[in-house]
Amino acid sequence: MIIYTLSFYLFSSVAVLSALMVISAKNPVHSVLFLILSFVNAACLFVLLGAEFLAMILIVVYVGAVAVLFLFVVMMLDVNFIKLREGFLQYLPFGALLGIVLIVELGILFLTKNFKQISLVEYSKLPEITPIENTKLLGSVLYTKYFFLFQLSGLILLVAMIGSITLTLRQRVKTKKQIISNQNYLDSQSAIVKKKIKLGDTI
Amino acid sequence: MTSISLNHFLFLAAIIFTIGVLGIFLNKKNVIIILMSIELILLSVNINFIAFSVFLGDISGQIFAMFILTVAAAEAAIGLAILVVFFRNLGSIEVQQINKLKG
Repeated sequence: MIIYTLSFYLFSSVAVLSALMVISAKNPVHSVLFLILSFVNAACLFVLLGAEFLAMILIVVYVGAVAVLFLFVVMMLDVNFIKLREGFLQYLPFGALLGIVLIVELGILFLTKNFKQISLVEYSKLPEITPIENTKLLGSVLYTKYFFLFQLSGLILLVAMIGSITLTLRQRVKTKKQIISNQNYLDSQSAIVKKKIKLGDTI
Repeated sequence: MTSISLNHFLFLAAIIFTIGVLGIFLNKKNVIIILMSIELILLSVNINFIAFSVFLGDISGQIFAMFILTVAAAEAAIGLAILVVFFRNLGSIEVQQINKLKG
């Protein structure tokens, strides 16, 4: 139990500190790396909670795909990041005030409300000790009760893919490239033309 | 699991959420940091969902956390695509100039 408590505090403190570094690092590449650290620590917290499948999904999807996408974009854009940090200190007092107000309000909410008493939707209730593992349990609910939402999320991903491709695709005008269909349509009849030339004329 | 209660996880999620909101406020010019702050906010929501799911004994929370992951991935892809187009058109990623994208 003491190990559980200690590891909770370790993972959560590292997650919070790296989240702070995400918003305050000078170099955006460092920001992305701290974002990855924060996500990995959140995944460790999910393992502590007993949601192993989501922890692994978080690492695969976020660290493997989204964070690497961020890293690509940050490295691809040639931006003067020093200039972009102007005004950081200017907004700091107001931002800090807002943050303190937000955290105090949320704290009051959590301290006054006893969430243990509330039971939300009664169906798909877990037994206290599950003989089947987390992944199997998730699948058994996801593919039955939430099947249409699952399909819809696939549709969302498809729309996102088409959207980002159409946004970033561009036709380059100046480049020389092959048009394969035109090349295939060539035949000897159209490519070779016989011309009669009179004696002494030039073509 | 007696010493670590639901409130611990809720406080952690609240702190990360606040950091994300702060990041949007403080980095007013840098769109990449703003996108990362949105990712942090979504992460805190996920922590809330999973903590509630485990402590209330209901698997639905974890399923919705998975849907949030999907939507967040789609949002990041679209956001970064818009960012690339924006940079190609204007040569900078300052938020103040983003109104030049219209029409």
